[in-house]
Amino acid sequence: MPEYAVEMRGIVKRFPGVVANDGIDFALERGEVHGLLGENGAGKTVLMSVLYGLYHPEEGEIVINGVPHRHYRPARAIGLGIGMVHQHFMLVPRLTVAENIMLGQEPIKSGVLLDREAAVRKIGAFSQQYGLPIDPRARVNQLPVGEQQRVEIIKALYRGADTLILDEPTAVLTEQEVESLRDALLKLKDEGKSTVLITHKLREAIGMCDRITVLRKGRVVGTVHAKETNERELAEMMVGRDVVFTVHRSEKTGELETAMTVEGITACDDRGIDILKGIDLELRRHEILGIAGVQGNGQTELAETLTGLRRTTGGRIWLGDSDLTGQGARAFIDAGIAHIPSDRHLRGLVMSFSLRENAILGRHRESQFSPSPFWQKQGAMTRFTREIINAFGVKTPSAGTLAQNLSGGNQQRLIIGREVTKNPCVIIAAQPTRGLDVGGIEYVREQLLKMRNQGAAVLLISMDLDEVLMVSDRIAVIYDGRIVAIKDPESVNRRELGELMLSGSVSSEREAGDES
Amino acid sequence: MLVRETGVTLLSISLAFGIGCIILWAGGYSIPAVFANLWKGAFGNKISIGQTLTQATPIIFTSLSFLIAFRCGLFNIGAEGQMYMGAMAAAVVGIYVKLPGVLHVLICLLAAGAVGAAWGWIPGYLKAKRGVNEFVTTMMLSSVAVYFTDLLVAPRMFLHDTRYGSNQTVRVLGTAVLPKLLRPTQVTWAIIIAGCVVLLVWYYLFRTRSGYELRAVGQSPSAAEYGGISVKRKIILSMCLAGFVAGLAGAGEVLGTHTRFISGFSPGYGWDGIAGGLIARAHPVGVLFSAFLMGALRAGSMQVQRSGAAPGDIASVLQGLVIFFVIAPTLIRRLIRWRRR
Repeated sequence: MPEYAVEMRGIVKRFPGVVANDGIDFALERGEVHGLLGENGAGKTVLMSVLYGLYHPEEGEIVINGVPHRHYRPARAIGLGIGMVHQHFMLVPRLTVAENIMLGQEPIKSGVLLDREAAVRKIGAFSQQYGLPIDPRARVNQLPVGEQQRVEIIKALYRGADTLILDEPTAVLTEQEVESLRDALLKLKDEGKSTVLITHKLREAIGMCDRITVLRKGRVVGTVHAKETNERELAEMMVGRDVVFTVHRSEKTGELETAMTVEGITACDDRGIDILKGIDLELRRHEILGIAGVQGNGQTELAETLTGLRRTTGGRIWLGDSDLTGQGARAFIDAGIAHIPSDRHLRGLVMSFSLRENAILGRHRESQFSPSPFWQKQGAMTRFTREIINAFGVKTPSAGTLAQNLSGGNQQRLIIGREVTKNPCVIIAAQPTRGLDVGGIEYVREQLLKMRNQGAAVLLISMDLDEVLMVSDRIAVIYDGRIVAIKDPESVNRRELGELMLSGSVSSEREAGDES
Repeated sequence: MLVRETGVTLLSISLAFGIGCIILWAGGYSIPAVFANLWKGAFGNKISIGQTLTQATPIIFTSLSFLIAFRCGLFNIGAEGQMYMGAMAAAVVGIYVKLPGVLHVLICLLAAGAVGAAWGWIPGYLKAKRGVNEFVTTMMLSSVAVYFTDLLVAPRMFLHDTRYGSNQTVRVLGTAVLPKLLRPTQVTWAIIIAGCVVLLVWYYLFRTRSGYELRAVGQSPSAAEYGGISVKRKIILSMCLAGFVAGLAGAGEVLGTHTRFISGFSPGYGWDGIAGGLIARAHPVGVLFSAFLMGALRAGSMQVQRSGAAPGDIASVLQGLVIFFVIAPTLIRRLIRWRRR
């Protein structure tokens, strides 16, 4: 048995205008979990796509189980025991788990009939063996994301995969689900499977992998053992410079002025179900209030109510003396509330518009851009856009480029530039670093801190607990549509926060008979 | 980008004509004879060109009508009906209101636009407030308008011209008539007005705040809402504007081509507007080209019919093919997005 499940030597893969993989050597030991770490665009997914047969490398060798292979397609890779679980699942939502897994390899009885029972049995056996609990008869579109991922993994195993490639598996999981995945990976190891974990999350790489290979700009920076390294070292390898991980608490002392008060807000989600059940918050100037919580507890809806994008069913929202309750987005904008939306493609930008036209979205009614409804100053728009592009480092050929042609990080920079230059008194930042690489994340946090220091009241909603802990001056935990605790990030511990996020109360309090 | 778009359109037209040739050949028709007559009818002499321009004029308006609604993400299928309502309004003001020359024409145009806008407001309001599919409402209201105006000019009705058997009004007053431009053709000042409206629509969509908001709603209602734009108001506004412009189409026919309201005066200009708007890729200036093309096809097909080289329907076949090749990819992309809403 060859020591290496997979060996890739000197892989070069070019695309028009960019060398995605520039002479990469990569070796996956049998039975290990090997992390492939790198910023967005470093070449991790491309390398694995080459292994999977989706791309053919211009140069280089691929050796699978000791046998070299060239110019093969994914069907061949699957036959050789390589399975890939993509970041965006490839499941048919309306079919059941079993139907999805057996798609293309359906067991037949009596020559013609679909042998569903055989498939269900086989799938159940896999599920048991690898510790991946799933329900073969459930419909995929009703499953939580973590379970859908397990279906994808079993799908690969069902086809005889010995080597698994998981592309950003933790991007869509809750902390609990990440734990489950970690257990599953250990089980897979026991069964002799080898796994490649593509990720840009440092903590997970260290926590789940045996070895880690760091890629930067298409080249291998180094391969280390997880136990022998730390986050700082990995981050440096990823970006090539000392990444600032220090904490920036506010230097402002004394009583902070209240900018926005939220009392007893209730609201329904898109399905008409109560999602906010009484939120009380106070946003203060010179302060970042972080909202920690597992996705699905009302964060998104909270951000929408605080920016006029969702009707409240009860409660009041005050900005200073003005009562903004029940008003639309326009009133909130005019009142000086800036919003960095969680979904930049849906809300933050009109993707088919140019940067010029996006830079004024929300501000287009200002007289500097449009002195009357019948006249829009094109020159002023262009000048303003150029200012944002320069001041906020938006990489783009011109102000007339379409928003959809920019990378996620640059799109976010434009949005932040637009919101920040309003000099708002309140900034609602919802998942502002989602989907960004280390450089982009750093930048966004810098901007938020800057705004705080200049006197804005910042509300940061983030699924990334580390981010919330690092950046906030106060932390509010949201659980089941309510704020269950407000903590000081200096004194709170992660375990306590985790419990609050996952169950709404701390176990010591629960033992004392306090039901939540 | 623009060069590529134009190239694609020209290529599509060539493909359409190519397939058209195959169809003609399969039907046993003489391809040279058909195309010769097509050309003759559209561009052969001054009369022909006049016919092309006369037919193109109302199509410019109805194409703009479709385009404005399209830019807001709506399908205005009812330009035909909005045109009829506007035509009736123009006729009424043209016959019964006494005003000096240019002023009379202006008031007639405004009346036509206003009534057309009102006819567009109905589906707009229903869509905005109740989510009613505008495709259905505009189409249905179109039928209502055509039959309603027919009723108004039927015998024994007040507006009917008793000297004639057919359903039509008397001639509008001299002061309301749009003067002819190209004697002895039927081309009138209506085409000049149409050209001006093209520029106005372009300016509105691309240089005004309101047009910006309208386009934002059309491209991304969620982002528009985020930017503080009232999506509902823009939907209603776009349908009103669409109706207004279609109403002007009717005014052009009543005050210019026919100088009276004749029931059923439109051989389908409203429907051609849908094609015209789509072929122009929803760009106002492109409408000049697509409406001209439609007008030429109509004028040419009349000659083909007359000459007996092929049934006049060949123009419809060609028109259909052109639409298919030019807009199929764009339309499919749009329809997918529209259905998701």
